[in-house]
Amino acid sequence: MTDDLNDLRAALKSAPASDPEARARALALAMENFDRIQGSADQSRHKEDRPGADTPRRAGFFGGVRQMMNFLTAKPALLATTSAAALVVGLAFVLPLGTIPGIGQGSQEDMRESNLTGEWVTTNPAPAEPAAPAAGAADEPANTAMGTAATPKPAPEAAAKVAADEVPGLNSSVRPASRPENPESQAPVRKATEAAGGDKAEYAADISGDVIVSEAPPLPMNDARLRVSNGIMPAGDMTYLPAPAPSTEDYANAAANPVKVTAEEPVSTFSTDIDTASWSVIRSTLNAGLLPAPEQVRVEEMVNYFPYSYAAPEAGEAFATTVSVMPTPWNPETRLVSIGLQGALPEIANRPALNLVFLVDTSGSMQDMNKLPLLKQSLALMLPELRPEDQVAIVAYAGSAGTVLEPTPAGERDKILNALDGLSAGGSTAGAEGLELAYQLAAKMAGDGEVSRILLATDGDFNVGVSDPEGLEAYVAKKRAGGTYLSVLGFGRGNLDDATMQALAQNGNGTASYIDSLSEARKVLVDQLTGALFPIADDVKVQVEWNPAQVAEYRLIGYETRALAREDFNNDKVDAGEIGAGLQVTAIYEVTAPGSAGLKNDPLRYGEAAAAGDVNSELGFLRLRWKEPGESVSKLKETPITGTEPASDETRFAAAMAGFGQLLQGSVYTGDWGWQEAIDLALASRGSDPYGYRIEAVNLMRLAQSLSK
Amino acid sequence: MLMDTPDETLASAAADGDRAAFATLVARHYDRIFGLAWRLSGNRSDAEDLAQDICAALPVKLRHWRAEARFTTWLYRVVVNAAHDQRRRQATRSKAAEGWGDWELARQDEIETGREAEAWLHQAMAQLSPELRDTVALVLGEELTQAQAGEVLGVTEGTISWRMSEVKKRLRVIAAREVGQ
Repeated sequence: MTDDLNDLRAALKSAPASDPEARARALALAMENFDRIQGSADQSRHKEDRPGADTPRRAGFFGGVRQMMNFLTAKPALLATTSAAALVVGLAFVLPLGTIPGIGQGSQEDMRESNLTGEWVTTNPAPAEPAAPAAGAADEPANTAMGTAATPKPAPEAAAKVAADEVPGLNSSVRPASRPENPESQAPVRKATEAAGGDKAEYAADISGDVIVSEAPPLPMNDARLRVSNGIMPAGDMTYLPAPAPSTEDYANAAANPVKVTAEEPVSTFSTDIDTASWSVIRSTLNAGLLPAPEQVRVEEMVNYFPYSYAAPEAGEAFATTVSVMPTPWNPETRLVSIGLQGALPEIANRPALNLVFLVDTSGSMQDMNKLPLLKQSLALMLPELRPEDQVAIVAYAGSAGTVLEPTPAGERDKILNALDGLSAGGSTAGAEGLELAYQLAAKMAGDGEVSRILLATDGDFNVGVSDPEGLEAYVAKKRAGGTYLSVLGFGRGNLDDATMQALAQNGNGTASYIDSLSEARKVLVDQLTGALFPIADDVKVQVEWNPAQVAEYRLIGYETRALAREDFNNDKVDAGEIGAGLQVTAIYEVTAPGSAGLKNDPLRYGEAAAAGDVNSELGFLRLRWKEPGESVSKLKETPITGTEPASDETRFAAAMAGFGQLLQGSVYTGDWGWQEAIDLALASRGSDPYGYRIEAVNLMRLAQSLSK
Repeated sequence: MLMDTPDETLASAAADGDRAAFATLVARHYDRIFGLAWRLSGNRSDAEDLAQDICAALPVKLRHWRAEARFTTWLYRVVVNAAHDQRRRQATRSKAAEGWGDWELARQDEIETGREAEAWLHQAMAQLSPELRDTVALVLGEELTQAQAGEVLGVTEGTISWRMSEVKKRLRVIAAREVGQ
């Protein structure tokens, strides 16, 4: 009978190694619950480091780190771990080829693990049901992390094993700093632990730490294999080494827009996009020392991440358009036409009351420091910006969805902060249920003239409950008609379901943002509070009709996921993007004049001669349609594009970003134009850049330049 | 010394409140829990969540430990039951969420090259009913005897034997289809 089953057995046997971080978390939770039901949490709390027979310095060192971590508050912990990660990345350059992905992962794990300790310190020890999967609230980290090492009379091996097992994070994160420690001294520890039985996989944490130390001795094969425990299924083969993070990430994208021949298809239609998630993902990928995969790059989101100072709309207008024409940086034979929309900034003082429902993913995967804790800090940053008359409610969803905070006036800040603090991660994800609950709350809060918005904060893990993403999108779209907007805040990497996030935000008339740091949280939630949260125009559609006499070919850069059919432009039933107060949206076309050497297509032999007329000198004609929030009939605004509109630093910087995005995509259109040219252009058009976003972009371009060599 | 202590002794001590015994026990078995959870769900994050839920619930569950079976058998039963609960929860929330079944439905058809083995496994598992999946996860994945698997799943050895022959039949169908392609 076994013959037929051999394949299946082999496949089933090669289960992925357990994630050391998830393992540590589960074990900590187990110990916490154990202590809770024993009522003996104090019993072994007070322990000094026990100098084990073969790990004296090690124990002392961890004890110190543990103490240090205990005293760190969340924010310094974040800083400290960032620098620890930087240290590891720094080391990556001396390692042989092929180890960089591993290091990227190592640094990520280091960050998460040591953060975990910070998390223990900051969360409230709210009592929970013993069996409930609520994590995080360990009342004494020392207890869970090291307590067992200090039990009355364990043998040295036991102490070593437990120390190695229970604090993988400290283990690996601390390693770079502890390099003077003799690497040799760790070999016996490993031996002891392995001899002690159990699967090898459980030492993955230890091993991932070892990578850093093992510059001299070559990495044993199975160590390397175990190190990729983030990948789905190590099959015992070095060729399996995947990029660290994107193992289960899923990106929404489409092939780059092709060059269109104006005579064949004179009209280009798309919906606006004010998402910025793609840029943040690119940034975090580059900072991890990797070039982003082409599918992670959405050029329009890179361009739209940056604030541009376009002319403000006249009073009474929802937005103003700024068109500019300039030579294409990467192709002297073509021109770039950029179309900038500037949303009106209504008087802040008169803004309507805001009802916010935070829908917070508290599934087990949100435990990492760059997820739930960062989310808490982000929302806490945002609270002071709200008015007393605004209302806040919080819904958490994990194994089951529940209201954490009933609608509460924003003035009661302590109450809201307490509710936020009480959130802790655990359990699997019931996204759909949580969403329903959030919409119910939003409906309850809604008042006349008020703006209701759900802010869905997640690591994108909708793996439970939404195996039918289309059903969920339809649901969100239906609710949108009821006047409740939905924005998505993405946190963390590795699990990010960019496609679902995009789909939800697009259907919910909201934005998808990806938050990887406090400063990004500040940008998304605080600086753009008004814009991100107050729509001034819904269903904004852009249509450009090109004049074949002036433009033989054109290409829209980016907006692939936002393309609309030509007839959809006038169909008010077709949904499109929204523009928030004070926000800018930029779209860039690359156009080629008839007879230019830059044409990609040969002219038609039997093509019609272009009709003569007054309008012949125009490049094209820009039409915009949008709806006032809550209206169902759209307005139309038409502007000719004359071709003489001047370029500015703003549009040149946008062009540099578009070029950068295409370089990252490996576009065929950029020719010889490369990283250095993009850097020069961005630097030259940096403008005032008060928040430093643009210089950050330049530095990332430099990073990409180095990484691509 | 704790290292050499049998699971059953540790479990009894843990049930009586021995913290060190409990710590040793969960550390020893986490990977086993995770591994079976993965084999049952076919999905890493489900498996991690499941393993975490089980670890969290273990202190309470251990109160029901009566030392009537081998600890691993008892533990497998806990994992299988938890996986069933998870499947039920998923099933009520969505039309087609059944772990392995999800895989096929969800966007995963763009499986990269180099992951054929995995793709094949998912395809094979998706062809099997939940009962058959549980059975192969234990018999093939965890290498239990048919008697042990029966004990975990609460069915007779004969049922397990019949299920394995069913699995074999289905696999032949898949194999035939692959050849036909």
